Amino acid sequence: MGEVATTGNKGKGVRSDCFVSLELTSRGGIKLTVDSKVAVMFGEDIKKQTLNTLRFFDIINCEILIEDSGALPFVIAARTEAAIKKLLKTDKEFLFPILPVNHTSTSKEHNRFSRLYLPGNTPGLMINAGIHKPDGIILDLEDSVSPEKKDEARFVVRNALRNIDFYGAERMVRINQGDRGIEDLNYIIPHFVNLILLPKCESAEQVYVVDEQIKKIQKNHKLTNHVWIMPIIESALGVINAYSIANATENVVALAIGLEDYTADIGARRSGDGDESFFARGMVVNAARAAGIQPIDSVFSDVGDMDGLRETVLRSKALGFDGMGCIHPRQIKVIHETFAPSAGEIEKAKKIVFAFHEARDRGLGVVALGTKMIDPPVVKRALNTISLAVKMNKLAENWRESYDQV
Amino acid sequence: MIKYDKLTTNAAGRIVPTIINGRAAVPFLGIAKYKPDGYKAAPKLSSCIDYPADGNKVLASLKEALIRSGLKDGMTISTHHHFRNGDLIATQVFDIAHELGIKELMWYPSASFPCHEPMIKYLEDGTINHIEGSMNGALGRFTSEGKMKGLGILRSHGGRYQAVQDGEVHIDIAVIASPTADPFGNCNGVNGAAACGPLGFALADAQYADKVIVVTDNLVPFPCIPWQIHGNYVDHVVVVDKIGIPEKIVSGTTEITKSPDRLLLAELSSRFCDEAGLIYDGFSFQAGAGGTALSIGIFFAGILRERKWKARFARGGSNKYLVQMLEEGLVEYILDGQTFDLDGIRSMRDNPHHVWTSPFTSYNYHGKGNFSSIVDIVILGATEVDLNFNANVVTHSDGYLLHGIGGWQNTLFGKCVILPIPLFRDRNPVIRDEVTTLCGPGELIDVIVTERGIAINPLRTDLIEKMKYSSLPIKTIEALKTESESICGIPSKPKFTDEIVAVVKWVDGTVLDSIRRVAK
Repeated sequence: MGEVATTGNKGKGVRSDCFVSLELTSRGGIKLTVDSKVAVMFGEDIKKQTLNTLRFFDIINCEILIEDSGALPFVIAARTEAAIKKLLKTDKEFLFPILPVNHTSTSKEHNRFSRLYLPGNTPGLMINAGIHKPDGIILDLEDSVSPEKKDEARFVVRNALRNIDFYGAERMVRINQGDRGIEDLNYIIPHFVNLILLPKCESAEQVYVVDEQIKKIQKNHKLTNHVWIMPIIESALGVINAYSIANATENVVALAIGLEDYTADIGARRSGDGDESFFARGMVVNAARAAGIQPIDSVFSDVGDMDGLRETVLRSKALGFDGMGCIHPRQIKVIHETFAPSAGEIEKAKKIVFAFHEARDRGLGVVALGTKMIDPPVVKRALNTISLAVKMNKLAENWRESYDQV
Repeated sequence: MIKYDKLTTNAAGRIVPTIINGRAAVPFLGIAKYKPDGYKAAPKLSSCIDYPADGNKVLASLKEALIRSGLKDGMTISTHHHFRNGDLIATQVFDIAHELGIKELMWYPSASFPCHEPMIKYLEDGTINHIEGSMNGALGRFTSEGKMKGLGILRSHGGRYQAVQDGEVHIDIAVIASPTADPFGNCNGVNGAAACGPLGFALADAQYADKVIVVTDNLVPFPCIPWQIHGNYVDHVVVVDKIGIPEKIVSGTTEITKSPDRLLLAELSSRFCDEAGLIYDGFSFQAGAGGTALSIGIFFAGILRERKWKARFARGGSNKYLVQMLEEGLVEYILDGQTFDLDGIRSMRDNPHHVWTSPFTSYNYHGKGNFSSIVDIVILGATEVDLNFNANVVTHSDGYLLHGIGGWQNTLFGKCVILPIPLFRDRNPVIRDEVTTLCGPGELIDVIVTERGIAINPLRTDLIEKMKYSSLPIKTIEALKTESESICGIPSKPKFTDEIVAVVKWVDGTVLDSIRRVAK
């Protein structure tokens, strides 16, 4: 008996996934068994696809069992390929055509109020992630994937980047730490990922190494799309080096903080009001602002406590953060509503922006409200507030046409 | 007895038998096309001379009551499903019939549940010939595999009342499990350990059966108040230790959903209702007990509270969320056919604005009106819908019969019928070219809400006009189908043999569709 490679998930509670057991044999052709929850509708389809995959990898003799809990084709493909690559060394990749929507890049200033974490080896959670309209989704290869599943998760994440429509969310991947993280990039970069999250970042050097590797892979694949980097500060040393990390390369667009590891690192416990991380959060906001990028807060881990989440977001916004992580789609709406400019903020911004346009139209270099002069950064912030309000449907785009100056 | 014969194509284009279990049946003629003439069935005359003058109808056991009721081969025996999966009585009736060697019975439940799986052995040994009502779970699977001797008939709650009233089904013995009763047979469902709320599903049985047996575990002295069912209909009363399992009667299926995808469906549905102007001061809605429907109720409550509006009435099944709306003054009346939790039962017992209803008042198509068509918003589910907005609630895409119709068909007559359903379940697209089994004609189904878009029935030009400038993702049903198939692939159809194993009746008693044996 040869070695049997297994990949994927099965059992109670598993949905939209499959479990593949593969043994390469020396004769007897392909023995394929499909045991599927959706056999009546897709049994033949699954067989055909699996045979195609095996043929692609030049496998002519094997025993393969697919235990399917309603997995979509790209998931079955990822599971099968991962099983094959446990037994065979090959550089070939079995890919479905990439969805046209997944060719898009994002801008440096892309709104990043919310980013939804999705465990990299749990495809069932990815498929509908985009319908909840987070600003970004994070396909996670790091902490949410158990060590023995880290290899196969790469194929799921790669195929998800190509074949799931996330409905406009920025497509991010959190890679692993160290060398594994650098290897992760080979699976991700050629497939139009928008942003790489770099965990446990402690030095500018780490960012630099990742950025160089990204550029190298892109060059090999003749790709020119932007791949942004968001380092996550999760240690005392990372906090101290925050500014140099934020400035490491021109591709760093945001600096995030991860509080679970940070509080452990400084020997404190996470509390409700977050006194223990006040310094770190202040540092990250300050470093990011100094470098002209977005400061992004940690996650709120009690998914049932919406009031607690709202309070945390308010504190976060007050400290100067531009966004937060989410671990459940229910958190997205609260985060958006709370980070979005309030009615009061919008009213104030309207006055300033209106005055700004008037001044410009009259060729004045100085913006004034009544007798009070308005500083350029204040104008810039007001312009930001207005464009956000318009984007979030809180203000009509042509609001100035009907604006009644008071 | 011929199981079925003389196939014809009905007005919905479905092939259906016109002889069912030896009796003639009318094929579906179209909505509001079939109007029977004549008189209702009449129950047998009784005389009080034959009943104890002291009003005490209590017998020693259910077995004695069944024997005294003349239980014999070929009879129709009815039970109700107010105890849902906690019912302990229906199976006992057939245990006794089996013990007495009775054969070829027809079981006429108002619905069946997983707890009724033991009936399979009586279907196998000939104690029961067939079931008319609903065949859920294991019973459905048994039916789909062609193992039931007679032809199964699926009816809605209203259709069940109509069938008895019209004389299509004659109940020989009705067994009415009742949480509280007196020795005269007056009974209610709002008091006692097995309290379940109303007893409306047993109304036709009480009114029309030859013999009526009330079984209770909470006998109170005359009078049992309230008397939801009058003892004047009742022949025998039996007292047992336990008629139902309370925690299964008030089952746990009635919590608000925590699934983010379903919450999104609920939010989209309620936003649709609001933008289309369906919610107004004094409107009415049918809540439903599924997680998504419950969440829609919560969204409605938010809108009503904010605008200081009230719903004039809400149709149950009720539960704590609807009761909270009633008690907060957001809803003026609950008209309730079944009650899903203890708050619902308490409210029905104590609050005169929480009113029990029956399939007669709410759903009977052959009456002088019914409540269904008065309701503004009706939220329902479906296993499949098709490009013509037809919907299926009884079979799955693999062809197996797994659910009953319940009140689903009856509520389709509401002013706006909305089906919030996921575009696909795992890999199963919900929108098909044609539904596997037709349960509801598309002309009665107005809106399909999915997480990836909302389709309005082209017949509802008024709704389409109202939503013209909506920010909601309004799409055609064809576009939604294409979208789901681009994600899931194109599903194969289930394979059936030619053999018909059950039929679906429409609310007027005509035959809407046939369910065929699943090919192995």
